[in-house]
Amino acid sequence: MIHFVKKALADIHSNRFLNLITIITISLSILVVSVFLLFFENASRVIESWNKGGRAMIYLKSEFRMDMLPKLKVKINTLGDIDEIVYISKTQALDKLKKNMSSQSAFLKTLKENPLPDALEIRMKSYNSFEEVQKFAQSIKAIEIVEDVEYGQGWLGRFLKIFNLFKITGYAMCTLFFLIALFITANTVRLAFYSRKREIEIMRLVGATETFIKAPFYVEGLLQGFLGGILGMVILLITYLAVSSGITQSFASYMYFDIRFLSVQTIALIITGSIFLGWFGCYLSLKQILK
Amino acid sequence: MNDKSNKNSIIRLFNVSKRFGGKLALKDITLDIEQGELIFISGPSGAGKSTLLKILYLAEKASEGQILIGGMNLARISSSKLPFLRRRFGMIFQDFKLIPNRTVYENVALVLEVAGEKPSFIRKKVMQVLRTIGMEKKFKALPPTLSGGEQQRVAVARAVVGQPSIILADEPTGSLDLKSAQIILDSLMEYHKKGATVLIVSHNLHLLESTVRSRNVEISEGTIKRIATIC
Ligand SMILES: Nc1ncnc2c1ncn2[C@@H]1O[C@H](COP(=O)(O)OP(=O)(O)O)[C@@H](O)[C@H]1O
Ligand SMILES: [Mg+2]
Repeated sequence: MIHFVKKALADIHSNRFLNLITIITISLSILVVSVFLLFFENASRVIESWNKGGRAMIYLKSEFRMDMLPKLKVKINTLGDIDEIVYISKTQALDKLKKNMSSQSAFLKTLKENPLPDALEIRMKSYNSFEEVQKFAQSIKAIEIVEDVEYGQGWLGRFLKIFNLFKITGYAMCTLFFLIALFITANTVRLAFYSRKREIEIMRLVGATETFIKAPFYVEGLLQGFLGGILGMVILLITYLAVSSGITQSFASYMYFDIRFLSVQTIALIITGSIFLGWFGCYLSLKQILK
Repeated sequence: MNDKSNKNSIIRLFNVSKRFGGKLALKDITLDIEQGELIFISGPSGAGKSTLLKILYLAEKASEGQILIGGMNLARISSSKLPFLRRRFGMIFQDFKLIPNRTVYENVALVLEVAGEKPSFIRKKVMQVLRTIGMEKKFKALPPTLSGGEQQRVAVARAVVGQPSIILADEPTGSLDLKSAQIILDSLMEYHKKGATVLIVSHNLHLLESTVRSRNVEISEGTIKRIATIC
């Protein structure tokens, strides 16, 4: 193994320029991907926080009677992972309203009938995305006695649409850059292979197995992927540190805006992906050459 | 035709032919080589001498006939077994076939690395072989900085370092001056004395002292014209 690593390092050294280009290409691709991931991780968290921790109000139809409550609770509990369900009767709601609007309570007194519906306030125990809340809300809405569900879907929904559009663009960009990096990596391996063609012929003549011949190329590919990934992360981190403090300062005053760098898991995932990229480029290239 | 089924045969060819496109490079070659034999193969250029060696280490596949190497039928060797067949041979070529950007040491060590030997063993063995051939002082040199004779000595070191049972040398002295050629032949004879089977394609037969028993296989236009035993 040490032998293969040494060989790969020697090869990287003798093809410095080519390897540098490859590592930079990989790191740029990784950068594009991680910028999107950084944006999505933060945007998702911000949206979540605006959604007040997965809270939703369920407004019930006027046919609702108190004896339906236990069954309804059970029903809602089967639909999702609910932390708590609080019943708010229309009387309670009106009292609260009156308290909140004490100055206009005269107007409220003119009402002959309570116009407010009975309601349930629920909080989801764990939810990973706004979409999950949205889906859950729709399934609740399908219950017969439920009139409406409110979870801030109005402007948040519109925001989400833009957000999803961004996401699609992000996926497309990531795929594109992944393919470019893959192509460059595969090409570098191919060039390295052909520059060592004579050596490989000789190795075969003295009894080298194909595994022995291929191993240094794989080490090289993996190393390129790893270095490219690290470089991409470092560039991202530097850019992040430079930009994030500015954003937080200018927005934090009037909006919840907690920007964080990628989580350790995401970084690990990106580096792994980058290493995979190096490996896969090598695999494709050697498969094509040695067929 | 050839009923002499010797148990000690290490290389056996039965009616072997090799065709390149429509051209026959080898025609109906039947040859039995015993373990430990010294064989000289001679003949004019284009006779098929190199092709004969190539089909033995499977650089080329025989078009017809059967070849047995130490009991292994070459036609049945899978590509995954091929490297292990090659390790039974030590090869020397007219053009040396050394890796130009690897040192003398690395070129010789490659054979043992490929075979998965331990680094400590490799170090010891490579330096020992380089010493016997007088190249130990230049173990760090790159092949292009060496003379032809020196390069071929490295090639001989590479051929014998894995202690193969068979040496195949394709005009190993062809491009060398007399003195260098003699050194190469001497070291091949030295290795032959240890019990190895040695096949040498060569014109420089007169270099050989006639103390060693050998057979001279004369090839012309792809067929064996004559086999002479020299004592
Ligand atoms: N790879 C090849 N493709 C086509 N013809 C070949 C090939 N190798 C050898 N030959 C032909 O086979 C004949 C024998 O070649 P070779 O064994 O190299 O001769 P020698 O080594 O005796 O000079 C020659 O006519 C040569 O042109
Ligand atoms: Mg020849």
